[in-house]
Amino acid sequence: MLDRNQANDIFDKLRRLSEADEIELLISGGRSALTRFANNTIHQNVAEEAYHISVRSAFGNRTARATTNKHDDDSLRRVVQSSEVLAKVQHPDPDLLPMPTKEEVAAAASADCGDGAVHRYFEATARVTPQDRAQGVASMVSVAKRHNLAAAGIFSSTEIVEGIFNSRGVNAWYEQTLAEISVSMIGSSSSGWQKANSPDMARLDPVRLAEVAAVKAIESKAPRDLPPGKYTVILEAAAVLDIVGFMFWDFGGSALLEQRSFLNDRIGTRLFGENITVWDDVYHPLQAGVPFDGEGMRRQRLKLIENGVVRAVTYSRSSAKRMQASEMAGKVGPVRPTGHGFALPSEIGEAPLNIVFAGPPQGESRTVEQMIASAERGILVTRLWYIREVDPYEKILTGMTRDGTFLVENGKVVCGIRNFRFNESLLHMLQNVEVMGVPTRSCGEESFDMVVPPMKVREFNFTEATKF
Amino acid sequence: MKDIASWALETAKLRGASHAEARIVDERSRALATKNGRIAGASDSESLGIGIRVIANGGFGFAATDDLSREGVEGCAARAVEIARASSSVKSQELYLVPEPAAKADWVSPCKIDPFSIAIEKNLDLLFAIDTALLAVKGVTLAETNMNFRRYEQWFYSSEGSEIHQTIVTSGAGYAAYSFQGTQIQKRSYPNSYGGQFQGRGYELIEELRLLEHAGEIAEQAVALHSAAQYPEGKFNIILDSSQLALQIHESIGHPIELDRVLGMEANFAGTSFLTLDQLRTLKYGSEIVNVVADATPAHGPGLGTFAYDDEGVAAQCTPIISHGLFTGYLTSRDTAAAIGATRSGGCLRAESWNRLPIVRMTNVSILPGESPLTLEQLIASTEHGILMETNRSWSIDDKRYNFQFGCEMGWEIVGGKRGRMLKNPSYSGMTTEFWNSMDAICSRDEWTLWGTPNCGKGQPQQVMGTGHGAAPARFRNIMAGTAYKGNE
Repeated sequence: MLDRNQANDIFDKLRRLSEADEIELLISGGRSALTRFANNTIHQNVAEEAYHISVRSAFGNRTARATTNKHDDDSLRRVVQSSEVLAKVQHPDPDLLPMPTKEEVAAAASADCGDGAVHRYFEATARVTPQDRAQGVASMVSVAKRHNLAAAGIFSSTEIVEGIFNSRGVNAWYEQTLAEISVSMIGSSSSGWQKANSPDMARLDPVRLAEVAAVKAIESKAPRDLPPGKYTVILEAAAVLDIVGFMFWDFGGSALLEQRSFLNDRIGTRLFGENITVWDDVYHPLQAGVPFDGEGMRRQRLKLIENGVVRAVTYSRSSAKRMQASEMAGKVGPVRPTGHGFALPSEIGEAPLNIVFAGPPQGESRTVEQMIASAERGILVTRLWYIREVDPYEKILTGMTRDGTFLVENGKVVCGIRNFRFNESLLHMLQNVEVMGVPTRSCGEESFDMVVPPMKVREFNFTEATKF
Repeated sequence: MKDIASWALETAKLRGASHAEARIVDERSRALATKNGRIAGASDSESLGIGIRVIANGGFGFAATDDLSREGVEGCAARAVEIARASSSVKSQELYLVPEPAAKADWVSPCKIDPFSIAIEKNLDLLFAIDTALLAVKGVTLAETNMNFRRYEQWFYSSEGSEIHQTIVTSGAGYAAYSFQGTQIQKRSYPNSYGGQFQGRGYELIEELRLLEHAGEIAEQAVALHSAAQYPEGKFNIILDSSQLALQIHESIGHPIELDRVLGMEANFAGTSFLTLDQLRTLKYGSEIVNVVADATPAHGPGLGTFAYDDEGVAAQCTPIISHGLFTGYLTSRDTAAAIGATRSGGCLRAESWNRLPIVRMTNVSILPGESPLTLEQLIASTEHGILMETNRSWSIDDKRYNFQFGCEMGWEIVGGKRGRMLKNPSYSGMTTEFWNSMDAICSRDEWTLWGTPNCGKGQPQQVMGTGHGAAPARFRNIMAGTAYKGNE
């Protein structure tokens, strides 16, 4: 693995080659391996080691980026030249700021950042071998075979580094491991699914995930037809993550300034139910990810939504400056760089990517089983799939249920049902959350990993059903 | 490059691999973007590395590295063999590659003007001119433009003796105007949404798109949508423009015909397919006028799925997928073809780059134009009641590819064979085979465009691949429309 000293050496070389006013290096990469299985067979099995050297040069208010994966001197010279050539011909950007200094980074790091340190590198994860992954897969396949099912999924392990260095003294480095298991159990007329990941391999239990997925496949076999309509739904945490993730890209100062956010003219108003409070918190013990942004600014903990009211959005240094100068400034909550900017130049600007939902007050939390027990009639949803935005301002999303959708009646799971298509407004959904569970680290395929609770939601809008 | 590949192939053989392939890729790309008068993206990137796929003990292994020293490549090959041996410890079925003769070839995609030879200033001037034109229309609140180029050079060597060198240049550009008013954000894009048009061509594509000429009209439409009527709910005859039909093909034909999906290999992520093996040559996929091919050959046009050889050394082919409505073919690879009794792969195994395992991907999956002359205006004129939909805004389909729902940026009511009022927020939904069986007219060659979809995601780790889809405007009878807003009024 590339280490911090080697990255520093690369930056020193780049700096000597640079003729720009300022230079920044973003370096990222590492080792990753993924074992993929289907039909109870490992059919794809891959590993790679690679690093990206991404250089940003700035001449006054002109900037551009060039990236290479080659470390030799000629390639480093070329990547610096490419970024400089590209930067010099840019149209001036009056809002481009000088790169931050280490003093600016330190000053912006308030108490909301703690000491800025997180520990997410575990040797046990880094040492996982192809044989270890095959053994884990074999244990899940055994579960499938015992239940007369076919298993499909992945078992991956990665160790990554990410560093940022600039000519004004910023020098930040991050290392992380991550192991991930996703397993589908396929029956003749049904399927079940589970997924989990953690920086610490020891926290993953492939057999337990496989067993839960198998039970879902078995219990949803021979699914019944149910007419579409508005139902009370019990969304498992992964299903909540899949759908709510679509709104957080709008929680940025750039999105507001460009008037592409559903939060335009709505900050400070009650958009969601009083039981919805959401943080962005990279330092949360169940979170993962880099604790600094694309310019090296430390990510701050932010309370984005408080009791249903959007209180704050994220800012890069540049978008904070633009917002402070705009007529919106007094209407959008606190405006300051929050350490959520993407690497420059950026089309998106910034976004919160370490979402943590606050759990319900003590005594009010319910498990999925308790939610089922309290439901007279409803639908239990394991996961949601192929979600896309239908209406950007009302945040109507469409998508499908998948891999374990059940009818609940009189407090019990009655049977599997054919999968539904939904067209649901996130505003509506988060106004109708009746009960929540304890937030857990969750992962799916439609959104980034989050700490989210399972939810019981009334009047969830299913508009069509499919054939399976 | 041959020396580097030989280190990989020899090491794999010495370590016990029964089959080995080495792909060395050297790629270069440029991405430029503007947003409301300022730079939103300006980046060049290059990447060089090797991916090594082997079979050992009857299992697949793949390893990739950017270290092209002899030590680095040999270590990577050894790792691939170790991984393959681990794979072989969990198997319920035998791995078999259908035969493919070794090929020696050198191919370069058609490119009249090298896009990297064009001054960056010229590209930026064009993007900023478009940006200015979009923002000049009152009511436009966000203007976005982009231009992208890629040069992808690959050397493929196999233990069977193949030596294939290919260079493919792709170009793309487009823009969008957004308008926020009241409680709505409306959007119009040109020439297509999500980045515009992409093809395997040089800068000549950018010139032919005549981007700036359309900016004013596109911006005005984005604003006008606010005062347009809401798209109605119910069953209607709909006409899809060619770009929307291209995406409909991608989602409801292109993906379900991927044989790896059919065989369950993508069950955990992308999903499976309703096109089980018993449906081949028996399923009436569409109406009599639905003819679809998967064609990777240069004769089909410069699509994002055009090449000379795929990424396991199989020559590009044209496979009939739907012939006069009958389902006739899948997208196959050497390890999946035998499942349908084929003796040769259809040549559809492709990888995003050197560091990704090639998997079954679409090539150019295109619907053939109607044989009788028919323009869009003539198609509209022959439609008593209906709705014309233009440019995709959202798309979603279930994991077996039955139930879909699409939204478009703009609709036009058709009454008495004439284009009437503008409609906002159009959407339609249905079941794949019912939909394709309802097609009763398609425009002819003059209206046919080979669209590029540059962002097709599949596989774990996920790979983003470009695919091509030729399409002409077509009409579908009695389609459910407007359900996207049902229950959210």
